[in-house]
Formats: sequence, C-alpha cells, structure tokens
Amino acid sequence: MPINAFLLLGAALFSIGVYGLLVRRNAVLILLSVELMMAAVNINLIAFDRFLGDEMAAGQVFALFAIAVAAAEVGIGLAIILLIFRNRQSANVDELDLLRL
Amino acid sequence: MTIGDFFTTPQNWVFLLIALPMLYAAYKVTTTNNVVHAVLALVGALAGTAALFILLGAEFVAWTVVLISIGAVIVLFLFGIMITRAPIGQEVDLSHPRSVKIWAALASGALFIMFGAAMLDEFGDDVIPEAADATRTGELGLLIFERYVIPFEVVSLVLLAALIGGIVIARRDPAADQQPGVSL
Repeated sequence: MPINAFLLLGAALFSIGVYGLLVRRNAVLILLSVELMMAAVNINLIAFDRFLGDEMAAGQVFALFAIAVAAAEVGIGLAIILLIFRNRQSANVDELDLLRL
Repeated sequence: MTIGDFFTTPQNWVFLLIALPMLYAAYKVTTTNNVVHAVLALVGALAGTAALFILLGAEFVAWTVVLISIGAVIVLFLFGIMITRAPIGQEVDLSHPRSVKIWAALASGALFIMFGAAMLDEFGDDVIPEAADATRTGELGLLIFERYVIPFEVVSLVLLAALIGGIVIARRDPAADQQPGVSL
C-alpha cells in the first residue's frame, strides 16, 4: 500500500472538513466538521505509525489520545452550544454578534 | 510507481473500496440540508476510518474509534441536535449562501492542493511495509502504562476537567431561575 494514498485521503477529508467549517452556520454542524478533521488527522497518525514501523507505537498511542481529547472537546462544545441556545434561542453562529460594534 | 501498479495489489482495491464511500460520506456531512442525515453520514466516515485502521493493522485504535467516536460522540451530537431547535427534516438555513460557498470551496481546494503536492513530493513512491502481524492490544497497553504513562494521566485529567466543566456549563442555574432579574 503506498503511503501517499492514505495521506491524500487524509488531506481530502481535512479539506472537506475545512469547507464545512466555513460554509455551515449551525454550531452543531460546525462541530461535526471539526470531528471530520480529527478523523483525517488520525488516519495520518496511524499511516505514519505503520510506515515508520515504530517499536514504541507512538502514532497509535497518540491517535488514542487524540480520540480522547476529541471526545472531551465535543462534550464541552455541545455544553457551550446548549447554553448559548438557552440564552439566545438560536444555534446560528451568525446571530452571535453581541461583541460587534 | 504508475497508476497501473496501484491496481495490482488487492489491498489497494480494499483501500479504494473503503476510501471512496468515506469521501462521499464526508461530502454529505458538509452539504446535506438535513441535520440528522449529516450526523449519520459522519457515522459512515468514522466507520471508514475504523476499517482503514484495521487494514493498516491498528486493531485496538479501530475498535476505540467504533466505541468512542461512533458509539458515544455521535449519540452526544444527536442529543445536541434534539435539544437545540428540534426542526428535524429539510432545512434551508443550515449553510451560508452560494457566494460564501464558492470562496470556501476555493479555500479548501487550495488547501488540498497544497497538502497533496507537498505529500506527493515528499513520499513519491514510498510504500507502507508489510507488517508481520497487527499491533497487539497487550503490547499497546504495556506501552501506554510504561512509556506513555504521563501523557495518559494528563489525558485522564483533561477528561475529568471536561466532565466537570460540561456539567457546570450546561446545568440550569436554580438561583437564576427563581429570580427573574438575574441571568447567567
């Protein structure tokens, strides 16, 4: 298996995630795009782990850590969105312009 | 290596069989007008990553993705969708208008070309070596609890902080509910 195939897939998934991040207005859907980018990064970590044949399996271990941090991020992110929704009755990021002059 | 060589190895066919539906699912996550469909497409993309990890021989990470990302995070997302504005179904207001979409597509396309060119340039013909066998979960566990024990403890602290923070942020403040003038 050429490593480029995995790297290109990871790059494509990451770019699609960036596209979603820029295009979406709903905060929950923005978090979904971030999750997509996390998956792309994990693919790269595992592919490089196998490519380098690391005896310490650093790629796999840090992919596990990345998954755990992603889960924490989603939990906090959804809690914040929930609070915003409770106060503003909307999860649309365009309407969160309280700091705009 | 030419394109023809790529199709002589059966693993590459399996890779394509997993990768192409993944890309379609990822595209659906960012474009569909139905919130629940977007979440279900994300399940497809994450299942694809798990399948790729098994293909690469990282079995424990694959099942961790299935259990944590697909099992827990997706349920959390569905909770988030059902709690914040319930209109489940076709909705037009989820994305920015077309003018923004064009610029976003240009930006992400440029990003992809940049990444892709750099990777093709650096790793031209390099091949992932055929491993003798997959990484055993026991080995990975020993590594985590010997070599990587401090990062592991830090991650568990992060998870604890996220747990407490999530509860504190999302819970309804009883004092604020009783006094109408006081808000969060």
